[in-house]
Amino acid sequence: MLERAELIRQEYLRHDKKFPHVWCPGCGNGIVMNALLRAIHHLELPKDNVVLASGIGCSGRLPTYVDFNTIHTTHGRALTFATGVKLAKPQLTVITVMGDGDATAIGGNHFIHAARRNLNLTAIIINNNTYGMTGGQYSPTTPYGSKSTTSVYGHVEHAFNIAELAVVAGASFVARGTVYHANHLNTMIQQAITKRGFSVVEVISNCHVQHGRRNKLGNAVQMINSFKENAVLVSKAEKMTAEEMKGKFSIGVLCDVEKPVSTEEYDRVRQAAQTEAIRIAEEKAKNGVKRYEE
Amino acid sequence: MGVSEGPRKVLLQGNEAIVQGALAAGCRFFAGYPITPASEISEILSVQLPLVGGTFIQMEDEIASMGAIIGASLAGVKSMTATSGPGFSLIQENLGYACITEAPCVIVNVMRGGPSTGLPTNVAQGDVLMARWGTHGDHPIIVLSVSSVSECFSVTIKAFNLSEKFRVPVIILSDEVVAHTRESVVLPNQSEIQVFDRITPSVPPEWYKPYADNNRGVPDMAAMGDGYRHHVTGLVHDERGFPTQQPKEVEQFLNRLHSKITKGFSEIVMTKSFDMEDADVCVIAYGSVARSAMRAIKDARAQGIKAGMVQLVTLFPFPRKVVDSALRQCKAVIIPEMNMGQISREIHRVNQAGTRIIKHNRIDGHLITPNEILKHLINL
Ligand SMILES: Cc1ncc(C[n+]2csc(CCOP(=O)(O)OP(=O)(O)O)c2C)c(N)n1
Ligand code: SF4
Repeated sequence: MLERAELIRQEYLRHDKKFPHVWCPGCGNGIVMNALLRAIHHLELPKDNVVLASGIGCSGRLPTYVDFNTIHTTHGRALTFATGVKLAKPQLTVITVMGDGDATAIGGNHFIHAARRNLNLTAIIINNNTYGMTGGQYSPTTPYGSKSTTSVYGHVEHAFNIAELAVVAGASFVARGTVYHANHLNTMIQQAITKRGFSVVEVISNCHVQHGRRNKLGNAVQMINSFKENAVLVSKAEKMTAEEMKGKFSIGVLCDVEKPVSTEEYDRVRQAAQTEAIRIAEEKAKNGVKRYEE
Repeated sequence: MGVSEGPRKVLLQGNEAIVQGALAAGCRFFAGYPITPASEISEILSVQLPLVGGTFIQMEDEIASMGAIIGASLAGVKSMTATSGPGFSLIQENLGYACITEAPCVIVNVMRGGPSTGLPTNVAQGDVLMARWGTHGDHPIIVLSVSSVSECFSVTIKAFNLSEKFRVPVIILSDEVVAHTRESVVLPNQSEIQVFDRITPSVPPEWYKPYADNNRGVPDMAAMGDGYRHHVTGLVHDERGFPTQQPKEVEQFLNRLHSKITKGFSEIVMTKSFDMEDADVCVIAYGSVARSAMRAIKDARAQGIKAGMVQLVTLFPFPRKVVDSALRQCKAVIIPEMNMGQISREIHRVNQAGTRIIKHNRIDGHLITPNEILKHLINL
């Protein structure tokens, strides 16, 4: 076990980067990074073929530390850059890492359209229920009634369910995991990366420093333990009533469907364009008509 | 029409010529969002790009289009987007990202009347200073303008070449009149077209420093997936690409971003002079207005007025030298613009000689006519 941890550390961390990282001690982001690295290691993806793109936020710093082709983009836009990279070089494995604000507030439009478009991309969304980096303001996943630096009287809006949003927006694969269930998370990420089509892994994570502290949710360990208590496997959750699910959330695969992947579909477009061009050229030759030309 | 196979005389619209220029320059990725009067560029590229193995994608908005073209560029593919006023506002965020990460790309803004939704189908030149300063922070950028269908072709090629050479986003300012005017142009043989591709690293990957300075001030650029794993960030970064706040590194980096453009001045700055040899009055114009100005100086000459014209093709970096010598040479300079005077501000700024400057501004959505300019030339 230790051996593998050391191997992952040596193989995938950027040692020439000025560590230490920016994350608070106990932040769930480190666990997500570890799960992602183990997933990539297990899948034996060559480092040169992996592109990791992130947005802005604490979560957005993740790619800085790991030895792939990494792009730290603008707030909410990681998927748009990833779209360009993937279409330009479809042979690359393109993964994005986003925060909940990043992916579903400022980047919400890109997120649902990426799901609808169904390129062969993977989106990992670290949901810590707050804007961590800017100091704990409410995000689209801040629970109703919670306190944040911009909702000191209690939040009056309602939260997005990110995974369900991804399902209805048309993602091919959607899973939810937590930073407590690190091995399970590793498996979910592997499945997402291997899936042909747009895949999403929502990771329930702790920001004890901003969200936890203001809502008396305890320290990092207590928050992470609460994920263990409140997570219910999807198969079990399906049999539970809304009342029984109160305060709980499901983990596991929420959706796994097969549909045409637009990265590959575009090859069909190229073929169609060429066939049409040949047809026009033949017609021109036959009729001696030269369109546009003198 | 495919990519031009040989010299051909063809009848094209400005927007079509931009497409032909882009393809000839090696553009193989386009992301856009429909908007008048730029939509034809998207439509034609959606037909043409797949033919040459390239990719067209319609994104959910212009913020996304800009992100996608930068992504494609980082993956090594020449890329472009095209838009107009409202969309040009939206691309500004990621435009700054292209500046700081030095991602080559071309942005076409077919200007229409503004502000906001403004006059969607009418001509204007209201986005000139926005093109220069629209994204936040001090940043280097190149802004070119087109006045004819033939320039739509040649300037677009130039835009790609400059973008690749200096690793800087290049903005092409077209306008509704140029975009929708049909003219016959001769497209050269592809083999006669000079195409510049970004310089890629020649060192082994472990030696590669993605943002290291060199005598050109333009770092070699590796594509994602080519074995040169590196980090790209919109934060100010050191020569290895990692975020830094060290004052020395910050200063060095930002100075290089600006000085690479200054170093390339003579190559970047393009102007055209007409009848300037003996001129004692002149018109300084750009975009479709330059066409009216051309006619006006001809008519003025017929009446014995020694009129000339300087057409600005490059708007930024501002062609200070040429403008300065025109100002010194002439007793008066007329600056017709379809805005409240955006380039005339720049001209005032460099007017050391204190030459008389006459602004002529029209913002009603219609092209400035030759007669309007001629009247000024006669009344001087
Ligand atoms: C356009 C823009 N608006 C605002 C910001 C400021 N900002 C930086 S990070 C952030 C929120 C990050 O929250 P989240 O995405 O949930 O990620 P976390 O920090 O919690 O990982 C904001 C609003 C920005 N960088 N860019
Ligand atoms: S502020 Fe919150 S999300 Fe950010 S590093 Fe600290 S604990 Fe993690």
